[in-house]
Amino acid sequence: MAKEKANSGPLARRPDNSAFKQQRLPAWSPMLTANTVLPFFYCMAVLCMLLGVWLLVTVQNTQELKLDYTEAGTCNACFAKRENASNALQPCNCTVVFPIEKAFKGNVFFYYGLRNFHQNLRRYMDSRDDAQMVGRKKNLKSPSTYCEPFEKDENGLPIAPCGAVANSIFNDSFTLVYHGSKGSTIHVPLYRSGLTWYTDKNIKYRNPKFVVGALQEYPNAFAGTAKPLYWHKPVYELDPHNPDNNGFINEDLIVWMREAAFPNFKKLYGILNRVSEPFTEGLPVGNYSIEISYNFPVQYFRGRKEVVLTTVTWFGGQNHFLPIAYLVTGGLILLLAVILTVIWWKFGKDGKNMKE
Amino acid sequence: MAREAEETGMVTGSKVKKQRKKKVKENKTRIVHANILYDHAKGEENPNRHYANNKIKTTKYTLLSFLPKNLFEQFHRFANVYFVFIALLNFVPVVNAFQPELALAPVVFILSVTAIKDLWEDYRRHRSDKEINHMDCLVYSRLERRYVERYWKEVRVGDFIRLRCNEILPADVLLLSSSDPDRLCHIETATLDGETNLKQRQVVRSFFDLDCDFDPSKYNSIIECEKPNNDLNRFRGYIIHRNGRRDGLYKENLLLRGCTIRNTEEAVGIVIYAGHETKAMLNNNGPRYKRSKLERQMNVDVFWCVIILLVMCLFAAVGHGLWMFQYGDKRPVFDVLSPEGTDLSPILSAIYLFLTMIIVFQVLIPISLFVSIEIVKICQVYFIHQDMDLYDEETDSHLQCRALNITEDLGQMQYIFSDKTGTLTENKMVFRRCTVAGVEYSHDANARRLAMYQEMDSEEEECMSHGGTLTRRDSVTSHQSARVVLRSQSTKSHRRTGSRAEAKRASILSKHTAFSSPMEKDITPDPQLLDKVNECSSQLDFMRFHSQPMSQLPSDLSDIIDFFIALTICNTVVVSSPNQPRQKVRMRFELKSPVKTIEDFIKRFTPSRLTSGSNSSSSSSLITNRSSNRGCSSVLSSPSAESTLTKLDEERPARGLEHAFSPVPPNYEGKTWAAEEGELRYEAESPDEAALVYAARAYKCSLVGRLPDQVTVELPHLGKLSFELLHTLGFDSTRKRMSVVVRHPLTDQITVYTKGADSVIMDLIKPPSTDNSKGKRQRKIVYRTQNYLNLYAADGLRTLCIAKKILTKEEYACWLQRHLEAETAIQGREELLFESALRLETNLQLLGATGIEDRLQDGVPETIASLRKAGLQIWVLTGDKQETAINIAYACKLLEPEEEILTLNADSQEACALLLEESLHYIQAKFLCTSTDQAAKTFHSEFAAFDIYPSSPPSSSSHTSPFTVHRLGLVIDGRTLAYALDKNLEDKFLAVARSCRSVLCCRSTPLQKSMVVKLVRNKLKVMTLAIGDGANDVSMIQVADVGVGISGQEGMQAVMASDFALPRFQYLQKLLLVHGHWCYSRLANMILYFFYKNAMFVALIFWYQFYCGFSGSAMIDQWYLIFFNLMFSAFPQLITGTLDKDVSAETLQQLPQLYMNGQNSEEYKPYMFWMNMIDAFYQSLVCFFLPYFAYADSDVDLFTWGTPITTLALFTILLHLGIETKTWTWMNWASITFSIALFFTVALCYNASCPTCYSPSNPYWTMQRLLQDPLFYMLCVITPLAALLPRYFYRACQGTLFPSPVQVGRQLDKLPSETRRNILSLSRVKVGAQLGPKPPFLSLLKPFPKDYNHKDQKSFSNSKTAQGCQGPVLQMDNVGKSHQKGQSSPLGVTHSKKGLSDPYTFVSTEIDTLPYTKEAPGHTGESQPPSTKDSDCLDKTLDPSDLSLSSWITSTPLLTQGDSVQVTLPPAGGSQCVTYKRNSEETPGLDHTVRPTRRTEEQLANCSKDHSLQTTL
Repeated sequence: MAKEKANSGPLARRPDNSAFKQQRLPAWSPMLTANTVLPFFYCMAVLCMLLGVWLLVTVQNTQELKLDYTEAGTCNACFAKRENASNALQPCNCTVVFPIEKAFKGNVFFYYGLRNFHQNLRRYMDSRDDAQMVGRKKNLKSPSTYCEPFEKDENGLPIAPCGAVANSIFNDSFTLVYHGSKGSTIHVPLYRSGLTWYTDKNIKYRNPKFVVGALQEYPNAFAGTAKPLYWHKPVYELDPHNPDNNGFINEDLIVWMREAAFPNFKKLYGILNRVSEPFTEGLPVGNYSIEISYNFPVQYFRGRKEVVLTTVTWFGGQNHFLPIAYLVTGGLILLLAVILTVIWWKFGKDGKNMKE
Repeated sequence: MAREAEETGMVTGSKVKKQRKKKVKENKTRIVHANILYDHAKGEENPNRHYANNKIKTTKYTLLSFLPKNLFEQFHRFANVYFVFIALLNFVPVVNAFQPELALAPVVFILSVTAIKDLWEDYRRHRSDKEINHMDCLVYSRLERRYVERYWKEVRVGDFIRLRCNEILPADVLLLSSSDPDRLCHIETATLDGETNLKQRQVVRSFFDLDCDFDPSKYNSIIECEKPNNDLNRFRGYIIHRNGRRDGLYKENLLLRGCTIRNTEEAVGIVIYAGHETKAMLNNNGPRYKRSKLERQMNVDVFWCVIILLVMCLFAAVGHGLWMFQYGDKRPVFDVLSPEGTDLSPILSAIYLFLTMIIVFQVLIPISLFVSIEIVKICQVYFIHQDMDLYDEETDSHLQCRALNITEDLGQMQYIFSDKTGTLTENKMVFRRCTVAGVEYSHDANARRLAMYQEMDSEEEECMSHGGTLTRRDSVTSHQSARVVLRSQSTKSHRRTGSRAEAKRASILSKHTAFSSPMEKDITPDPQLLDKVNECSSQLDFMRFHSQPMSQLPSDLSDIIDFFIALTICNTVVVSSPNQPRQKVRMRFELKSPVKTIEDFIKRFTPSRLTSGSNSSSSSSLITNRSSNRGCSSVLSSPSAESTLTKLDEERPARGLEHAFSPVPPNYEGKTWAAEEGELRYEAESPDEAALVYAARAYKCSLVGRLPDQVTVELPHLGKLSFELLHTLGFDSTRKRMSVVVRHPLTDQITVYTKGADSVIMDLIKPPSTDNSKGKRQRKIVYRTQNYLNLYAADGLRTLCIAKKILTKEEYACWLQRHLEAETAIQGREELLFESALRLETNLQLLGATGIEDRLQDGVPETIASLRKAGLQIWVLTGDKQETAINIAYACKLLEPEEEILTLNADSQEACALLLEESLHYIQAKFLCTSTDQAAKTFHSEFAAFDIYPSSPPSSSSHTSPFTVHRLGLVIDGRTLAYALDKNLEDKFLAVARSCRSVLCCRSTPLQKSMVVKLVRNKLKVMTLAIGDGANDVSMIQVADVGVGISGQEGMQAVMASDFALPRFQYLQKLLLVHGHWCYSRLANMILYFFYKNAMFVALIFWYQFYCGFSGSAMIDQWYLIFFNLMFSAFPQLITGTLDKDVSAETLQQLPQLYMNGQNSEEYKPYMFWMNMIDAFYQSLVCFFLPYFAYADSDVDLFTWGTPITTLALFTILLHLGIETKTWTWMNWASITFSIALFFTVALCYNASCPTCYSPSNPYWTMQRLLQDPLFYMLCVITPLAALLPRYFYRACQGTLFPSPVQVGRQLDKLPSETRRNILSLSRVKVGAQLGPKPPFLSLLKPFPKDYNHKDQKSFSNSKTAQGCQGPVLQMDNVGKSHQKGQSSPLGVTHSKKGLSDPYTFVSTEIDTLPYTKEAPGHTGESQPPSTKDSDCLDKTLDPSDLSLSSWITSTPLLTQGDSVQVTLPPAGGSQCVTYKRNSEETPGLDHTVRPTRRTEEQLANCSKDHSLQTTL
């Protein structure tokens, strides 16, 4: 097939004597036999064990507290109330009290968690419009078809933010209260910002353009849009305390919009603000209570709600799995290595020359 | 004759015109006008305008048509349609899974890769088209009144073209004029049919007599011929002249495109067919497409993949339905309603989901698999092409893969069917020895010379292997361009020469002459015979001088001279001189055609002339003759034969004896003689002819010129003699002989010289009268010659008999009368001519016989030995005689001396059935019941000494059948084969054949060859390879799974039909053992890996479905999902699939046993697919659940979790490939690095590019964040480790505990080269001496010729002393042999009586009048060995020389038996089988020829018994 054009002559078609063309490239050809792989096995076993132990020690230093408040404490009533969708607009508050027996050292993260909520359903996940979320006017007025059927309300007004994800936003709110040793109650200060990825807050989610400083800047920006079906207030009034945390760049909204991978998930609600006593070292030992504005119904999907307080390690939250995985794998490798050693001892030593 | 008929049927001009118009409409023929007539008329009026011009365009596409046409072609592949369907499914909103445009990407990618490949190929075609179209040629221009240079593409039908020597024909041209005095034009058709000998083409009859230069402007005829067709050997038409005369046109007038003009200074012709309508182009077929076994197997697994896919989708759909169902009527907030706002019922959403899942899981059906396989195969083909070891320097040709997609089949062959002549042998005929008048001339010096070539060969090869670069030969540019013309036929064939250095020298000396290598040319004459020739010719000279009648010469001397004259002239060899390649050597001219009419005959053979003793005409007569016609007129008139003849007659008496006899003084000195005459080149149609002519020349009896009517021969002393050639009755395969009728210049008798196969000639010999001495002598000659013929055949020489016959004038006249009738007959001309030839060739007088050696190709025995060790069953299917075939089989180690041979010869269906039955019984009795263990043991120890297959028997078919391959050879002849191939018997035949180690089918027709292949392929379900070089192998090549053509001397048909074309047989070894093995193991591993990879990747998504309500969402981003296969993981596997070498080439060749790996499909067994699937599921579980638990209960979002999984999967998959990769070159490292780098680059770019574009997924900045996450790295370490642990562990265990042979081979590779060589040499010694370092002396003979030669010499010296009394000599020989045989016979006294009948005596049993046969019993009686010496004998038989001697003897009886013994089936005598069994028990493994089923008629029972018994050592 390949025809050399240029050189004519009797040996014109002689193939080049190059290592590549003659398939003689220098090569390393490892043999997978017991004696060749044994060092590798032992090395990996030791490595995995060491890593596992180190990780385990690290994880042991973290603390985590999970509190299922679905029906806990005074939330019982609220749970019953939310069972009926017609009561959706009636506010319901409740309190859950819990103790912390061991102080949380360092940064403490406050999460809310949902169980059995499938944020990872394909159609649910698709039901959003990223172009609208970056504040494009065009998409604000006519959301993407992915948002259907949460794209326009019954009046035909475009919904902002559109789609099922935004529509189903988790709308409980929490206040953590520390009951000090002297009976004093201190509101635990939480950062409610900085919860999101920097890129989310600054690039992926932008409000529609508006004149800064103008009156009614947010309502104007979102003029002509409707609030999502299940929402109580429009998107530009999500945070009554911090006017800059409204619209599409509301951190709770952004956190919610980052769809969780599993049906049981937690999402960051706040980070302990350690500026003032007694929280400079973390959460001290003592009794705490959480005041909950209980809005999110979970009965429809047999879900549970919880709050999670946790400190983190350098590789994430408290998770014993990874060190255990390392230890188990290391153990397995060691076991196999021993088996291989036996095999090598019994058969392999002379196996290399067995063909003679 | 046709012409005469035409002449009578003159048609007027107007009629012609009418006819033309009609013809144009009907369009059944093609009418060609000369273009120059229409130069003034613009295009529309040119009658040739409808015909294709000479611009060729082999491209498939144009710029415009490329896209639609290519797409259309690609959609013929089902997989493509399937993937397009899936991509289109994505556009349906309810079921879509990906961004619809993105889903199109893989399909578009695959389609475009294929399209680019097609485009590139098309571009290459375009370029070479352009190159060809822009070659130059000379076209006559009316305006300039001369020939001007034009491009090929500008040539049109009807143009006049002038061609010079060594030019390539641009189109099919009708030859109108030639500078050759005979109006001939020689062409080389190597590019068309591969035949390198020159073919003669004749100027159209009506232009024949034009003496001056052809002037195109005066041409005004019209040519009517058939429409373009692809039959190279057919051309019919008329040329219609202005005056209305019509002349027939034949294929002899047509020069075909692509041929090269040789030996002709200048030729002019008119273009008849141009461009695509030329016969060459019409014959040009593209490569073939077959589906390989591996691919068939793969398709089954693709089907399984589809089933797995459907099951997974169904599972997910049902799961989703149930998941929906559990929520009942209360819909959770995350359950998105349909766009209309209504609820979907669980069932409906399950159905939608099913479709969605098909899209999501589409990766499981490997879209890129097909494209990858194609790419890998192209690379493999490329490497096979590039292999230096498969390149033949001599012919500058390398292996061609004509079928691009069955490379891996080469690694799985189980049966090889090989042709013999030209495939195993070189098809280069070398004169070896001859017998004249019953005296044998053994030509020992010649034998030594031949042996020397062999040695030179091996030395040469050694030099080559040390890497010396060759000096480049001068190129023949025309060859280069010739190759361009027909790309698909690019392998040129050249002559073969024994030694490469010689080859180079030879190719310079004899550039374009076939069959003229020095080995073929330089024959060392036998001194004794040379003396005789000299003596004889000097006597003749003397007698001529003294005007004595020539018949007084002693009969043995006259036989010798006749013998050489016959060798010289009884052929169709053309003489040319290399110094002036354009000019034929012409000693004198004579204008005379072979006898055409009775009047002609009478004129020529007037009594006066017959007695005058001379017939030679003179050159001057010719010149005058010619000049009389030299009027330079273009008037087309045939010269009157009458006038010429009268002129000749007038002139002849004037020229005397002196002219006829002494143009060249006699010359005895060989050197000067050689210097003068060595220049002559002989161009023969068949290699035998050339060999004989060269042989005769060695005895100074050389052919110096051949004209249609005259042959000139130069003899020592006598000078040049001109034989008037009256008739040539050409060779045909039914008659198996050819004859020439000449008038002998010395005796002036009309002599017929016949040359042909011994079997036919012997039957035509005139039965000698018993009374007179002459008759006795004749009879003696016949018998002796027959004996020597048997000897020759036993040596594997091709035998030819030479005979002559002298006709009286009356006889000749009588025959001529009827012959002319036959020639002129219109109906059944062929048959009549055949009969006429039969009438002539009777009552011949035997002169002698020749033995021509068809040398084995280099390395054939070694190749066969190693192929056999590789577990390949080799069958040889040949058209040759049984005995020749058997001897070649011994020579090439196909049959081993210690092997038993079953010979099946039957002449009826029933006999054949019985034979087969008994053979089966015999085999079972011998091998299955009695001595299985022993046989197996001996077999093992020798066959698989290198203990690589410790447990498996070394037969490939062992796993399919209860039969094992025994040390048996089966020989079957064509007639029996025909019976055996019958429906009822084929199973039995196969049962017998498959249990034999080698099968030899003799005298088989091409059809039988293909039937055998088909039978074996279909019944045994094995992979078959057919290899052959000639047209008779084509059907076999086409039927086999893989057809291999040898691009040898016999033409290109085999190559054209083949899948692979090899320059030499020995390359088959590397092709199969190395490339086949590699291709197979590479592809098999790649395919398995592909399945694994896709399953593993898809399973990840499947596991996720359990966590997302079976909703079809994927944590792996759609981009990764779609491009994972196409880009991220594609390159390493392609590199591995192309370059991985499980075992090095050297080891593979030295340990052919490793080939069984592919035969048994050990790299890719059905269970392996499932093992890979299970491994894939395990690995995906690990890759899924480690990240799952690591991220469980965290705030991770889908893609932040999914991207690590993708990364882990990529790492795992690449490392998996790493475990499976056997050799790591820098390419492997680079490709893996590249893959990973590519993934991260793409991921980073993709994740940074656009926050809104890739809806529905949105992985913005995910990768960037992950790279800052330590957890990601922790996972990257642990997950692949855990995932690959089992496989790695398994591989290590397997490598240690039960390494496969291939792994042992690899271990061997790793040893230092010294140790390895030691081990291998050890194993080789054990395996047997087949692979001896040096080829045996005279490879065709048995490998221990000492004994035999010694004896020969002895007999020779005897015959020297006792000339003319050969009886005793023969007897001596005979005694010696029978003695030897007797000694080695273990049968003892009881059989020795029979054992004595040796080939010679066998012949004599029928005719016991010869003196020497009577003595035979006495001698043999003496030679009876005492039975006590049995043990001695056994030892002796182990001696190879004895064994081969016996083999040499065993085969001889077959010869005579074929002639005289009719084997039929007698009712009784079934007990012979038992006898044999006993024999074989006594001498296990020593029997050579066992014909357990031979039964003969009563009167011949003795003879046949003699055979079988004496041949059982």
